[in-house]
Parts: sequence; C-alpha cells; structure tokens
Amino acid sequence: MKPPRLTPARVLLQGFLITVAVAWLLPVATAVYSSFRYYEADTQVNGVFSLPTALTLDNYRDAWAVGEMSKTFGNTAFIVLPALFFTLLLASVVAYACTRYSWRFNIAFLILFTAGNLMPQQVLFQPLFQMLKRTPWPDLLSDTDTGSLLGTKIAVILIHVAFQIGFCTFVLANYMKTIPTELSEAAAIDGASVPRQFFSVILPLTRPALAALGTLEFTWLYNDFFWGAVLLNQGNERPITSSIAVLNGQYATDFNLIAAASIVIALPTLIVYLALQRHFIAGLTLGSTKG
Amino acid sequence: MATRLPAAKRRGAARKKLSLNRSDRIWLVAMVAFPAALHLLLVWIPALLTVVLSFTKWNNLDPFSAIEYVATENYRIIFTIFDTNLFPAMFNNFVLVIWLTICSAIGMLLAYLLDKEVAGSRIYQSIYYFPVVLSLAVVGFIWRSTMFSRDRGLLNMVWPGEPIDWVGDGQKLFEFSLPFLDFPLGLSRNFAALLVAMAWRHIGYIMVMYLAGLKAVDNSLKEAAAIDGCNEWQSFRQVIFPSLKPINVIVIVITVIEALRAYDIVAALNEPRGTEVLGTLVTNALLGEGAGRVGVGSAYGVVLLVLCIGFIIWYVADHYRKTA
Repeated sequence: MKPPRLTPARVLLQGFLITVAVAWLLPVATAVYSSFRYYEADTQVNGVFSLPTALTLDNYRDAWAVGEMSKTFGNTAFIVLPALFFTLLLASVVAYACTRYSWRFNIAFLILFTAGNLMPQQVLFQPLFQMLKRTPWPDLLSDTDTGSLLGTKIAVILIHVAFQIGFCTFVLANYMKTIPTELSEAAAIDGASVPRQFFSVILPLTRPALAALGTLEFTWLYNDFFWGAVLLNQGNERPITSSIAVLNGQYATDFNLIAAASIVIALPTLIVYLALQRHFIAGLTLGSTKG
Repeated sequence: MATRLPAAKRRGAARKKLSLNRSDRIWLVAMVAFPAALHLLLVWIPALLTVVLSFTKWNNLDPFSAIEYVATENYRIIFTIFDTNLFPAMFNNFVLVIWLTICSAIGMLLAYLLDKEVAGSRIYQSIYYFPVVLSLAVVGFIWRSTMFSRDRGLLNMVWPGEPIDWVGDGQKLFEFSLPFLDFPLGLSRNFAALLVAMAWRHIGYIMVMYLAGLKAVDNSLKEAAAIDGCNEWQSFRQVIFPSLKPINVIVIVITVIEALRAYDIVAALNEPRGTEVLGTLVTNALLGEGAGRVGVGSAYGVVLLVLCIGFIIWYVADHYRKTA
C-alpha cells in the first residue's frame, strides 16, 4: 500500500483530530493544573488560564484528609482484589464446562450469564437489599453491628462476583471455543482428569484473555459507585469511588480541592490504563468480536 | 487468533462426553453449579422478586408476614401521585438514549477516520479513549471542578448568556406539555451539562468497539469498492457499514442500556433538582426522603426492567443464533 500523501483533505483531517484531542484533554489538564494552585487566593481571582501566584500541595493534603482516603483506599483494596480473583476463577470454570463439553443445557447457561450481565443494577436493588438485611452474619467477621450481611464489604464482594461472572463468562466462552478440541482429547487419552485438563491445558492457553479481562475488570470494580453507595453506610466504610460524594459537603466550592481529590481517585485506573493499554482494549474488543 | 473449527471437529467434544468417568462428571457439575447458583441467587432471583414486590405493600422494617398484596396499586401511585417524579425521570432517560446514540455515531465517525492510516493515529486513539477508564462519578467531579462552576467554569466561556452554575441551575432549556400531564416536561440546564460530561466518556468507548470492527473488515472489499468508482460515502454506506452489523447490534444495546441505567454521575453530585433518572428513583424510594417504600421502589425497578428487557433479548438472540 502506498504511503498517504499530504493532500488538503489530510491536513483538514489532522486539524480536526487535533482539535478534538485538545478538547478531550482540556477537563483533565485544567484539573491537574488547578489542583496545584490555591482557589480563593489565586484561581478565583486570576482565572484558570493564568500563571499561578504560588504552587502548592495543600489541596492534595486536604483532599486526602477530607476524603479519609487512607481508609477508603483500604476498603477498595479489600473489596476489589478478592472480587477480581473470584470473578475470573468462577467465570473461567463455567466457560470451560460450557464450551469444552456439550451437554443438554450448556448454551442455556451461557445465555443466562450473558443476559444477567446486561441487567440494570437498580432492578435488583430492592429485593437484594432485603435479602442481605435478613441474612444473619456474625459481627465478628464484619465492621458493622447489625448482625446481618447488609453493610458488610463481603456483601459488596458477593454481588460484584455474581454480576461480573456474567460478562467474563461470555468473553471467556467466546475465547475457549477457539482452542482446538484435539488438545483436550490428547490430554484425556493421556488420562488427565477434568480439573487437570482445565488447569494444565486450557487455563494456560486462556492467559491472554484473562490478562485482558483482569485489566478491564479491575477498573470496572474500582470504578463501581452504585453498590458501594447503596449497600454500605455513609462515610468511611465505603470504597474510594463511592465515598466521593463527601466532596458535596462544606468543600463543594473549593474547586481546586475537588480537582485534587478527583485526580487522586482517578490515578490508579489511569496508571493501569497507561501501563496496560493493550490488554485494556483487547478486553473490550474480545467481548464484541467473536473468536 | 485461532481459526474457527469446522463443524466435524467440534463434534469431537460431544463424543468425549461418553468417556467421562464419575469423578469427572462430578467436577463438571460443580464447576457449573456453584457459579450458576451465585449468579441466579444474586442476579436473577432479585430481578424476579422485584416484579413480585412491585405488586405488594411493605415497609421494609416489618417482618415478611406484613407483606400485603395490593395488585397494581403501586403502578397507579407512580403513574398518578408520583407522576412529577416518574415522568421527568423517564424524559431524562429518553433524552439520554437519544444523546448517547448521537455520541455513538460520533464514536463511529472517529473510528472510521482513525482507521485510515492517519499519522499519529495511535496517539489520538489513546487520548480519545482515556476518559473511559474513569468512573462516571469521578468524571462528574472533574467536570465540576473545572468546567461547571459559575465563577471560573470553562463552559461559561462558550455559553452565550449570563454565566451560570451548571450543576446547580435547574432552569429548563426548553419545555413542552403532554395532554395527560398537568405539568410541563423539559430539559434542565444541569442535566444538559451532565450530558456533555457523559459524551466525553461514551464517545471513546464506542470508538474502540468500531475500531476493532473496522480492522476485521476485509481490505479487498474496500479496494473493490474504490475500483468500482464508489465515492467515500457510497463505499461507507454500501460496503463498510453493512459488514459492521455485529458491532452495530452490540453498540446499540450497550448505548441504550447505559442510558437507561445511568446513575453514578447524578447520584455522586447529590442529584441536583432536574437531573432525576429512573435509577435514582428506585434507590430513593428505599433510602431517600419518605424512605421504606419497597413496593413503590420495586415498581420503578420494573419500569426500568421493561424498558431494557427487549434490548437484552435482542442481543442474546442475535449472538446465540449464530453460535447454535
């Protein structure tokens, strides 16, 4: 194929793409810039597009304290890491059993998982709330005193796993279907049991899909606002994303502090994106293009 | 990527079933049963119970025995007494469906442009895509800090009128009346501002889907179209767009369901007046003011379910028809 020539159409296209790129970066670039400036003494008086009178880290220090971020980041880790592990494990197990063996209802199960993943969370909310509230759970194993699962991080982990299995099963099933059956047959003839075939033959071959899904699911679980907000009590019990509403309080008009807080919360997913962009995009497209 | 298997080879899997011994069978049953039980218990059973609870009256503090069957009373309540909640929320969701559909088309356009060996294509892709990794709750606050405020918000630099507080101002941009409602519906300024922020995140998401789809389009098709003298529009309309059909289905379903289940950005910003959506009505019925209305909240949930279910079935049917 010949290299693209410099035509007026190409120049116009580049101009358009650059304009869109600048517009796309503007909210975050100005947020980063503002987060290092004082609001009342500087940005409010001089405007966003001005040289700073002084640079400061105070906004970050205050945002960290206001958002009780050492606590809420801890909550996020406590929820996201186990949820991620069990989602990938259970989804790969189901996808394996449904695609590598044909039995009467294997497609029906895949349909169930695929459809469940598209359900709006709010549809489940009312009954789920009552189910959790009426499931006894020892307070010793949680940091609530209600004696039920409601308000515990375990409940949030459970619902994350149950919900995300849907998408991951769908993606992994599409992927596993493309692994040649001869590989399993050879292993079976050698006398490998089902779990052994799964762990030593299929799972290693599924690694690219698992890496892609792991990256994608990490950001989805980290970014969850809904379940953390509706199932956990106000304040510092919540994971970091759900606790963001605290910024609506008395700091609502210190926009540079809000900018600093938003950036701190966005940072983990941005780092994951920059480091693992390839996996990230592969995860999304694995779900949309088949095999 | 591995090639598709011919049908004859796939039948090998069916044959193998016969050679499974007892412990292998138990393993397989467990492998399906445990995840399926979790998924059914926490997703499908609650979804069904929402429908059941929507026909009952129950204060969530009372025991189960206090649950009272009230037939369609909750639906009468939300469509008549709470119509000032339901219809503005449904209208906002409707606007969101239209708006995100437009954004999806823009995402497709960007993907189409970036697919043409543009210099710096990868950099553009990375930039357009990065808001997708942010939670909409965080997107709301990033925009609030720099774009929305009355004093220094950048939106006011392009807004022709008096500077306004884009998150706080619930004034309507336009209004219209419906014959069966005694109040007008309309789009609030604050919801319009949230639409802009949501577009920022949605466009990149759709762009990536289409980029993957376009890569899969056979290059010889495009070349053949060019040789046949198709212009840009004709070749897109007649050759490329039809071959993107599987992606189109996914994009439409994702777009509509995202629009219907919108929640995070509205709830994170404390649901300013004028930005209510169906999602927040469901949770407010239990947790918000005058809380504890399980039946009414469930009825809102069922409205949401009814609006989504057709798209969910369409998607699943489209995907598994090809597989089966």
